[in-house]
Amino acid sequence: MKGPESETMPDSRATGGGANQPVDRREFLSRSLPAGWVLLAAFTGCGGEPSAPAGGSEASAREAGSAPDSGSQAPASEVETSAARDPLAGYDPSQHKYAMAIDVDRCIGCGRCVEACKTENDVPREPFYFRTWIERYVIQRNGNTVVTSPNGGISGFPPVEEAEILRTFFVPKLCNHCDHPPCVQVCPVGATFKTEDGVVLVDHDYCIGCRYCIQACPYGARFLHPVTRTAEKCTFCYHRLVKGLVPACVEMCPTQARIFGELNARSSPLARFQRMHKIQTLKSHLNTEPKVLYANLDGEVS
Amino acid sequence: MRQQVSRLTVLFVILIGALVAARIFLVPETFGELGHFRAAAIGDIADLQVKYAGRAACAECHTDVEETRLAGRHASVSCEACHGPAADHAEDPMARQPEKPVGRALCTLCHGYDPSRPTGFPQIDPAIHNPLQPCTACHQPHAPEPPVTPEGCSGCHGQIARTKAVSHHALLPCTTCHTVEEEHKLNPSASRPTKPAARSFCGRCHAPDATPPPDIIQQVPRVDLATHGGHYVCWQCHYPHFPELR
Amino acid sequence: MESHIQTLMEVLQQTKGYIYPNEVELHWGLLVVVYPYVTGLVAGAFILASLERVFNVREVQPTYRLSLLTALAFLLVAPLPLLAHLGHPERSFEIFLTPNLNSAMAMFGFVYAWYLAVVLLLEIWFDYRKDAVIWSRHETGFRRLVHRVFTLGANDLSEHAVRFDRSAGKFITVIGIPSAFLLHGYVGFIFGSVKANPWWSSVLIPVVFLFSAMVSGIALILILYMLTSLFRRMEIDMRCADKLGSFLFYALIIDFSLEMLDFIHRLYEAEESIGILSQMISSRLFISLVVLQILLGTVVPLVLLGIFSPAFHTRAFVHAPAELRRLIYFCAAILIEVGIFSTRWNVVIGGQIFSKSLRGLTVYKVELLGLEGLLTSVFLLILPFVILYVLVKFLPPWPEAEAAAPSEPNS
Repeated sequence: MKGPESETMPDSRATGGGANQPVDRREFLSRSLPAGWVLLAAFTGCGGEPSAPAGGSEASAREAGSAPDSGSQAPASEVETSAARDPLAGYDPSQHKYAMAIDVDRCIGCGRCVEACKTENDVPREPFYFRTWIERYVIQRNGNTVVTSPNGGISGFPPVEEAEILRTFFVPKLCNHCDHPPCVQVCPVGATFKTEDGVVLVDHDYCIGCRYCIQACPYGARFLHPVTRTAEKCTFCYHRLVKGLVPACVEMCPTQARIFGELNARSSPLARFQRMHKIQTLKSHLNTEPKVLYANLDGEVS
Repeated sequence: MRQQVSRLTVLFVILIGALVAARIFLVPETFGELGHFRAAAIGDIADLQVKYAGRAACAECHTDVEETRLAGRHASVSCEACHGPAADHAEDPMARQPEKPVGRALCTLCHGYDPSRPTGFPQIDPAIHNPLQPCTACHQPHAPEPPVTPEGCSGCHGQIARTKAVSHHALLPCTTCHTVEEEHKLNPSASRPTKPAARSFCGRCHAPDATPPPDIIQQVPRVDLATHGGHYVCWQCHYPHFPELR
Repeated sequence: MESHIQTLMEVLQQTKGYIYPNEVELHWGLLVVVYPYVTGLVAGAFILASLERVFNVREVQPTYRLSLLTALAFLLVAPLPLLAHLGHPERSFEIFLTPNLNSAMAMFGFVYAWYLAVVLLLEIWFDYRKDAVIWSRHETGFRRLVHRVFTLGANDLSEHAVRFDRSAGKFITVIGIPSAFLLHGYVGFIFGSVKANPWWSSVLIPVVFLFSAMVSGIALILILYMLTSLFRRMEIDMRCADKLGSFLFYALIIDFSLEMLDFIHRLYEAEESIGILSQMISSRLFISLVVLQILLGTVVPLVLLGIFSPAFHTRAFVHAPAELRRLIYFCAAILIEVGIFSTRWNVVIGGQIFSKSLRGLTVYKVELLGLEGLLTSVFLLILPFVILYVLVKFLPPWPEAEAAAPSEPNS
């Protein structure tokens, strides 16, 4: 299969209107408004084609993108003009429910996701601030489990003593964007919250830096940004999602160990993943309902 | 009303009034619109700058490379995984040229041997695999192929071949253990290769008195077949394509 | 910031086993240890004061007003460590504007405001109003102004009004006891409700916090009572000291039993966290938990008080002369204060020393300078005594200060 699963946003149909829209589309839309509906319908049809090659289907999906949406809510021209100011124009969160799947058996521990995350999100480079990181598990013959994550795995892993190994593997970690997020529950002022499309975010202009959310997160996914002095965590690259792109870690993963997409879609890379694998989540006994789904996860992973 | 009560009431009314006034003036405008948070924060976060343009953006101009890549073994590798974040370049191609990785460091990040990697993932030991050559001397990074096209068994059983290649059995040809009829290559399911079924087969190398093939230079572990492992066949405890590590 | 990164680098070197990379930085430091310690003293001192008021324990009457003022002095300081540890103290007002009703911490503002304004200040106001009116009539200058403002102009000294003061005060104390329980039980709940943290997550934590609060509050008043008497060259009322010693013993017994119950329960259930927790106790927390909290802070004072205070009978097991008893009470109280501080340390720091991966331990390095450093904490622990000194100057809690006022003129 040539079309990488995680490459396209499956339901980017309703996303549209992002900042990286080519200008000519704007012109095209305004010029061809009268004939618009016929074209839009045609575009929608082709955008939904599941077997289209990856790159092409993203482009066409994006083209079809904002159309049905803008049509139903406001005249297209109005949305187009406001798109310049409002980063969320043309994006309808009610059409999405995001989740990430991770196939542990595909992770090679190259650390490209960690590197991409730090770059994309300006995460401090020091080895104690991570929005995503990779852990290496070495289960030894004597029953001990040795876990390491040198600098989050950003530059790979050092060699291990092979004689002791029973089995060994890598596990990428990140914020689980829980459906029952304990961090949101404990935030005293409402500075961290769950959006309609299921992403847990932090409001950096409102966070008081009490760090209760960091204590409440069972996964160690949060940290205090040393400069802004506010809580930080993975956003699923929300700024990319609204533009029809996938999170940077997903984009950069060379082995498709990370699959991103729509949780509620009948068919999407994520739905396919869920059909084809036994799924496990981290610390499910805490009833946080994580939206990062692991396949082939070992019981030693905590 | 009692003097005490009235004075205190005035004081409390002032305090509560101050709190109410503060709420009216200081709560951010969009707070509570979508839930117990500042709705405008979503826009603030959505407005952050994208650094990685994504492979689709690269393909818009670099159609030839994209075609090559999609046809090869790096089809799932994003351009920016090797060339670095390039949203600025995608926006304005003249602004900056994305970097071209040189040497071996970047390639071995994925392809250097590591026992934690999934078995079958193509790996080399950088210390012995043409140490002084840059990878690109032999491999085309956009569509890497092994310098020798896989033929024989590895043409179909690539995963086993790659697993075996980093194991102690690396130097054994498949035919050491399997007998394959010519028919198997034409009609794989009609003629199945044989699999060793007896302990004595492994004993040909691993029994105390066995003489392994002369080109096997490393120390071969020996076991007494009479006492070792009871009634199990060897492969029930050992994986022959990837026997236990050192 | 540079030195902060430096410290974290050192911490990274000293971690044992595996911790999540974001756990290198320990987020609730010394200031958050000080916070529950100080609120505990408030709750404890207030509950002691209410003994006299509501339960008519006459013996502790000499400490009544002192307890109230101590509670106030510490309550005024209580939010400061929290404020200083925030990443953005200037945004702290948001907790009043948009409190998240699902958050245990969001209630802090309201519990605090309720306790400060409705309970403590009102009780002090009703208790001192009569005296303040009388004092202000005989004073000049600043003191007169302070006492005038204090009375809010309510200068009615009729028998009726004074009786109202007393009954209102009593009523407030009755609300005050559950409020004091709420104040500190609530602080315990902030920790006890964190399900992600097996060291904190326990229903017993709020109750343990409550009783350890009483222990620390009573011990503090005992110390203050003895010290103030010493400085004022007044005879210590041994009936009062004995009673305080007995109460200290009772509270300590309950506190210790609860802690042991929690401890044994964990050990017996032996959930998956037991391995890393016992590793933590035997290494990183050994001094603060086993030596300071349990041995010196609990067992030794229990033995001392059990033997020398009249806790079981009207007479003690060993009847020691008053001089020696005073010394023993004083030492026991000091040990208890150290022990309770260690308790807070072990809860707050202990809950963050081990990784939530349950695979490793980190270390906590106290920084000396900086807003979250050692000096700030020391300052915040001294500040309540300064405030108390000022309060005592303007609202003397001594019985003779009351008596010194001339008999009330009829109004």
